[in-house]
Amino acid sequence: MKKFVNKVEEILTESLSGFQKAHPDIIKVNFSPDFIYRAKKPAVDKVSLISGGGSGHEPLHGGFVGHGMLDAACPGQVFSAPTPDQMEAAASKVHNGKGILFIVKNYSGDIMNFEMGADMIDFDHETILVNDDVAVEDSTFTTGRRGVAGTMIVEKTVGSLAETGASLEECKLFGDHVNNVTASMGVAFTSCTVPAAGKPTFEIGAEEMEFGVGIHGEPGRKREKIKTANEITNDIISTIIEDLKPNKNQEVLMHVNGFGGTPLMELYLLFDVGQKILEKEGIKVSHSLVGNYTTSLDMAGASFSITKLDEKITQHWESAVHTAALRWKI
Amino acid sequence: MDSENIFLALKNIKKTIDLNKDEIEKLDQAIGDGDHIFNIQRGLNEALKLEHELSNLSPEEVFKKIGMKIMTTVGGSSGALFATLLMGMSKKYSKESNDLENLAAMFYEGVEATKKRGKADIGEKTMLDVLIPVSLSLTELKNEKNIQTVAEKIKMVAEEGMLSTKDIMATKGRASFLGERAIGHIDPGARSSQLAINAICDEYIK
Repeated sequence: MKKFVNKVEEILTESLSGFQKAHPDIIKVNFSPDFIYRAKKPAVDKVSLISGGGSGHEPLHGGFVGHGMLDAACPGQVFSAPTPDQMEAAASKVHNGKGILFIVKNYSGDIMNFEMGADMIDFDHETILVNDDVAVEDSTFTTGRRGVAGTMIVEKTVGSLAETGASLEECKLFGDHVNNVTASMGVAFTSCTVPAAGKPTFEIGAEEMEFGVGIHGEPGRKREKIKTANEITNDIISTIIEDLKPNKNQEVLMHVNGFGGTPLMELYLLFDVGQKILEKEGIKVSHSLVGNYTTSLDMAGASFSITKLDEKITQHWESAVHTAALRWKI
Repeated sequence: MDSENIFLALKNIKKTIDLNKDEIEKLDQAIGDGDHIFNIQRGLNEALKLEHELSNLSPEEVFKKIGMKIMTTVGGSSGALFATLLMGMSKKYSKESNDLENLAAMFYEGVEATKKRGKADIGEKTMLDVLIPVSLSLTELKNEKNIQTVAEKIKMVAEEGMLSTKDIMATKGRASFLGERAIGHIDPGARSSQLAINAICDEYIK
């Protein structure tokens, strides 16, 4: 394993310490229990958005704390859900009179720990479960679809709505709606290496790819021989379209997300291919985001997330945001 | 039942888990994401640090404090579930009961709380495939006089439960995303739970 490490058990603490020093104008970090929160208290009474999850997906979620997005983020150990005391402490710190909205990716560990955290607080609270990954079957008999790169789209748009002073119920409904019109799917060329493990999570041949991979290197739909960017994008986009069933002339946001080990040059290439495929289908990519936003440590690969836009989602996607990882109009 | 033998059990669990860590990690990498072993080891290490602090406390306090520690230091599914198990157990200790009666009642309560927390039951390829049969057997055996008989039976039940996870699909937890691809793999949470129960039983089998 070649990683920048001093002591493997100190990685998270040292990384959070650096994060705090790099963005003192935007965030602060509380240690033990660990959570990241806004450096400046919001000027208005608003619903407080708290997300979190295992570390290793940076900038998700800490990089999205700031004006227009999250109020706090609770980082767990690498790929492990955070603990309930982190959520309790974060909620107590950022609570601002209008309730707490937890944004949780649909994994059992995250759900249980957020539930236990919610049990510990006295404020009004709601939870949005994000499950945008169309690679795995959704069924009432399973845990259901995974939450992946579409989570940040929920965080951005609901974060913007919360800034307007919207109620907890309104924010929760809007978040569920954005989740429902967002679908994602990814492909991996290499495994990630969890620092504590010191070796790759899965074996994969030099000529192979994992189609429908999860953001923790979990297996996806199938193991395949590597194909061209056109073919891979076509397979992904057609699966997403099958799920979203967009109308002709539908405007969409297309987010090409890198998993950490793929250069931006290739991500933009994917954006080009994806845009052309959608154009042929009569779907208009009116908004875009390309980059490493929901990573899987050092995994090479990428995912597409597509959100069907309406006036309200568009407005809240375009609005001002000022976080470590996403900044515009401010 | 006192603080000393609760910590003895914890030390035995740690020994067994450490010995089998590569296997647990491999099982988790096959159908999970590979964090289970590190979470368990972190939890055990943190819990063992409490030995002196808890040495004079009653069993219910010891279980509760260890549960809280695991809840706040482990994370992931296993942290939430093992913490719920231990904190559930702490609620049913009675001074009037003997050790086996206590263990049966406490474990039953803990397992029920764990089922509720995980919204899962037997046959879903999780640690509950070990914990539920063990809980039922403990209840059946709570009047047994020979502790070695109990330990041998529980050990067998735990092993059967663990092995039963191999040939079924997962409907809960990370492995459920895999559908049929999870068949043929033992659930790592079931394996670590079985190893822990094994370690406790072995103390009473001569």
